This record gives sequence, structure tokens and C-alpha cells, in this order.
Amino acid sequence: MAVLTELDLRHEKINTILTRYPFAETFLTNNGIDVANSRDNSMDDYFKSLDAEHIEDHAIDPEHLLNQFDQFINQMLSFLGEDSKVVESITILPGHDKSGKTENFTEFIIRKNEIVSIVGPTGSGKSRLLGDIEWAAQKDTPTGRSILINEKIPDKKWRYSSSEKLVAQLSQNMNFVMDMSVFEFLELHAESRMVTDSKTIIKRIIEEANNLAGEMFDPDTPITALSGGQSRALMIADTAILSKSPIILIDEIENAGIDRKRALKLLLSEEKIVLIATHDPVLALMGNRRIVIKNGGIIKVIETTEEEKEILTEIEKLDRKVNVMREKLRNGEKLTS
Amino acid sequence: MNLVTVSGPPSVGKTSVILKTISSLKNRGLKVGVVKFDCLFTDDDVLYEKAGVMVQKGLSGGLCPDHYFVSNIEEVTQWGLENKFDILISESAGLCNRCSPYIKGIKAVCVIDNLSGIGTPKKIGPMLKSADIVIITKGDIVSQAEREVFASRVHSVNPAATILHVNGLTGQGSFELSTLLFDKNENITTLKGKTLRFSMPAALCSYCLGETRIGESYQMGNVRKIDLGKKEI
Ligand SMILES: Nc1ncnc2c1ncn2[C@@H]1O[C@H](COP(=O)(O)OP(=O)(O)OP(=O)(O)O)[C@@H](O)[C@H]1O
Ligand SMILES: Nc1nc2c(ncn2[C@@H]2O[C@H](COP(=O)(O)OP(=O)(O)O)[C@@H](O)[C@H]2O)c(=O)[nH]1
Ligand SMILES: [Mg+2]
Ligand SMILES: [Mg+2]
Ligand SMILES: [Zn+2]
Ligand SMILES: [Zn+2]
Repeated sequence: MAVLTELDLRHEKINTILTRYPFAETFLTNNGIDVANSRDNSMDDYFKSLDAEHIEDHAIDPEHLLNQFDQFINQMLSFLGEDSKVVESITILPGHDKSGKTENFTEFIIRKNEIVSIVGPTGSGKSRLLGDIEWAAQKDTPTGRSILINEKIPDKKWRYSSSEKLVAQLSQNMNFVMDMSVFEFLELHAESRMVTDSKTIIKRIIEEANNLAGEMFDPDTPITALSGGQSRALMIADTAILSKSPIILIDEIENAGIDRKRALKLLLSEEKIVLIATHDPVLALMGNRRIVIKNGGIIKVIETTEEEKEILTEIEKLDRKVNVMREKLRNGEKLTS
Repeated sequence: MNLVTVSGPPSVGKTSVILKTISSLKNRGLKVGVVKFDCLFTDDDVLYEKAGVMVQKGLSGGLCPDHYFVSNIEEVTQWGLENKFDILISESAGLCNRCSPYIKGIKAVCVIDNLSGIGTPKKIGPMLKSADIVIITKGDIVSQAEREVFASRVHSVNPAATILHVNGLTGQGSFELSTLLFDKNENITTLKGKTLRFSMPAALCSYCLGETRIGESYQMGNVRKIDLGKKEI
């Protein structure tokens, strides 16, 4: 066994291990190891105290487990010790389109606090571009593109670490599947992110979500009882505030009774880079720039013009009008002109 | 030839993920074959054939498919070699949460889905805990928070694994998975002499052997009785 951890996990008192590394408890619990009565003993003593049947039933392999325990503690220590280095920018370097033609740009830099939308026909390669970014491609994906982070070749950890992902994605889906209250849900998320001051953060997330949704909900509401708009608002606020990933991908936020402009503002206020793949003109125009993709390649990058921004205001007005009508129809009212 | 064992509870998306991954492997010019292990019934062979993938299936009947797997994997490996595959993938439905078909020195992939509940990683035994790669599917149906919580639970029971999110419907993440599966320096010619990562439990009772009658006098072998906590009155 490659011992990396300072303590001798095999022979040290379990109590000493848990005092030094409080997060180690999660590992033991999730591996079905109940040490409540063995805190003054070592792991070695604990394994020796188990009868053969228990070991067989629970498929316990002490060597494997100690090895995993050691890895877990070390990964957690390095995760906690890292002052999350900010991602200031990502750079896309050109690859080729589906017919092998080199993309016609030298580099494309996206900085934090920026929204970029991605447009193009079905099957053109929008998702592939997002995939290239998420995987931090190094000429090793079907497009041959490379991605730089902070203008340097990225650390491999972005590919393989489960706790540090480059990209968080807002799902298409609008409902939660877990069954617990809003507060418990956020607490669970905060715990998995090893957040220390969870109470304050949870309060902030609920406030922001309520701002986005318009319809208020309180912390005790079961998440499965939230309306579509409220769920969406909670997902966005949670991702903006609690997710550690510096880049947020949005695959079409539908118009589910939330203030989309405000939602994007919230994401930006948390220093995120926001990428939106969409066919919706409102979302496409909310980007400062938009990438146009055709036949697998980036064919151009368009800056949103002043004229387009004015048009956006017009479309938004229409959008609100349609929303009011939708609400009326939902409530059984008649439309009047 | 490379051999990869893929295992996971029923309906998590194993076949979907394997199919998407195969299409990336094929794009690299690799020849892929599949063997599917199941209990009583499977349609997966039809899906693989439709996708133009050579496939064999093995049904274990009343036996645990993982037990059946170990008894047949050498023969299947030889079939793969005869057909000159670059990579042979085995798909098996992990049914009892206790057995696992992983072999020391052979790449082991476990597939689980985000829908199975955050308590699940804790319940799945060696199939999850000793896998090299853990694939989490159906991320499209849950929120970012749920994905992060689920992944952190998986990490806590198997910190050594590479955890990847793959969408079995759209194939998002399957290209990335394909890059982890094939190693051109790996060349398996036989599994003889290799060992399982975990021993399988001795689940041999009379019912394993076809007994259908109920009652204590028919129960032989490794039988264990439920503890109903009956107290003396
Ligand atoms: N430059 C490229 N070279 C080779 N293949 C490519 C390239 N770009 C994209 N592809 C492949 O083309 C297919 C379709 O691309 P993708 O799924 O990204 O399209 P999309 O724009 O997201 O479509 P939709 O609007 O339907 O979601 C994928 O299999 C992808 O890997
Ligand atoms: N929404 C969603 N459905 C999926 C995903 N992966 C697989 N499925 C669906 O889940 C079902 C079971 O998939 P299958 O590949 O047969 O699972 P297997 O039994 O593990 O081989 C099928 O209906 C798939 O279409 C995914 O990532 N998202
Ligand atoms: Mg797409
Ligand atoms: Mg299947
Ligand atoms: Zn079994
Ligand atoms: Zn039996």
C-alpha cells in the first residue's frame, strides 16, 4: 500500500483519524463501516473484530479499503488546500470542420463575466464545441481543436477530477427527482462541496431564487412541489452560487416563468463564463458575441450590434405579451385585444 | 486485443453508452465486438447487431449472471481473438449488488444512473467500489446540484476511479469515454491464470439448483433464516 497520508491509517486510533480529518467520516459511513463502538481502536482492530460472515456479506477487503481511504483523504486535503484558482479566460484554437477544412480564425478568447451564444443548424456541431471546452480538448477530439485556460495548456485535473469540473450545465429538465425540502436539498449540495458557512449561502440562494421566480417559496417546501418556474429559478441560483465550476453551459432555458435577463445577470455576478447554445432569438442576442457553426466548424463570430440590442428590447416586449396571454389562458380567462 | 468489462444495475444505460462509445471507437478504425451476459432474457444483441456490431449473448438462467460470466469469459475471449477484434466489450447486468465480474488487470467500467437515488452508491458492492471507471448516466433528467451530490457520493465509495458523466441518449461524454478504453499496448491472448478482483459469495442453496417447493425440509446448503426479532412471551 502506498502510504501518502501522514497518519498510519491501519494502526492509529480511529478517533485520532477522525479528529484530524473530520471529512473521513463520510468515507467510512458511505462504505458501510460503523465505527461508533470502535473509536478507541484502530482500523486493524476493527477489521479483526468482524466475523467472517460479515466480511463475506459486505464484500469487505481490508487492504483495498485502506488503500481507498488513503486516496480519499489525500484527494480531500488537496481539494481543500487549493485556493480555487480563478479561471480568467478560455481560448479556443482552431481545428477543422467535418470535411477536414481548417477553421478560419486564429484564436477566440472568452473572458469571465462574458456571455457567448452558439448558433447553427441541427447537427452542425454546437454540442461538440461545448464538449471540446468541457474536455479541454488538446487536438484529441473529432474537431482537432485545442482549448487553453488562462492562456495556458490546462491541467489534466479538469478532465478527471470529480470535485473540480470546468463546466456546470443547466439541464433541460425542470423538475427535481430527489425528495426533500429546499433547505435540506441545498444543505446536501453544500455538504458535497465542503462549504463551511452553509447557512448563509443557503439563505442567499433561496433569496436569489425567489427574486428570479417571482412566486415566493420557503425553505421548508419539498423541492418536488415547486412549480416549473420555481424549480428553474432554484436550479439557476444554486448553480450560480454553489457550483464551483467557472463555466456554465445553458442548453436553451425555456421561458418557464423566470426572468431570463436577471438569471444571466446573477450568473455573471458570480464571475462565471456563460455559454448558451440556442435557437431562441432572445437568448442568442443576450450574448455579447455569438459563434456561428456550420458543418462542424466555426464559420464566424458576430458581435451583437446596437441595432440588434434595440431589436432585442422589442422581442422582449413581445415575449412578455405572450407570457401574459399564456398566464391568462392557463387561468381560464379569455383573451381580449 | 483489449478486453473491457462493463457492468451495472439493469436499465441504467449500459447498452446505450456502449453503442455510442463504439461509434467513436469505429471512427478511429478499431474493430469492436460485444458479449452480453444476462439472466433470463435480453434484447440487447438485436440492438448491437442493428448497429453492425458482432455480438454473442449468454443467458445464465437461474444462476447469478456474474457467476456465469466467470465460467465463460475465457471462451468468449478466444472468440474475440478469432475474430481479430481490437477491443472486446462485455456487458453484464449486475443483479445481486454483491458479485462483480471484474478481473485483475482487465479494465473495469461500472455504469450507474443519477435517478437511482443518493443512497445507491453506498449499497452497491464491489461492482462499484472496485471499478476503474465509473460512468454516471441520465444527467439530463436531474439538476446540476443533483449531479454534483451524486458524483460526490460515488467518489466517497471509490476515490480511485475516474468518474465520467455520459448521456446515453445524446452520446454527450461518450467520445471522452472512448479515449479511456483502448490502449494499443495492451494485448490479451488468454485470461487463464488471472483472478477476480473480489470473490463471489457462495450463494448455493437448493433453490439455486432448481428446487421450487417451499418449506424447511427442502432447504439445503447455504441457507440463512430471517431474524424476525421474536421475543419470548
Ligand atoms: N469538426 C467536426 N469533425 C467531425 N465531426 C464533427 C465535427 N463537429 C461535429 N461533429 C460531429 O457531428 C455530430 C453532430 O454534432 P452535434 O451533436 O455537436 O450537433 P448540434 O449542433 O449540437 O446539433 P443539435 O442542434 O441537434 O443539438 C456529432 O457526432 C459530432 O461529434
Ligand atoms: N434520459 C436518459 N435516458 C437514458 C440515458 N441513457 C439511457 N437511457 C434510457 O434508459 C433506458 C435503458 O437503457 P439501456 O441502455 O437499455 O440500459 P441497460 O439495461 O443498462 O443496458 C433506455 O430507454 C435508454 O434510452 C440518458 O443518459 N438519459
Ligand atoms: Mg446539440
Ligand atoms: Mg443492456
Ligand atoms: Zn451474484
Ligand atoms: Zn440460492
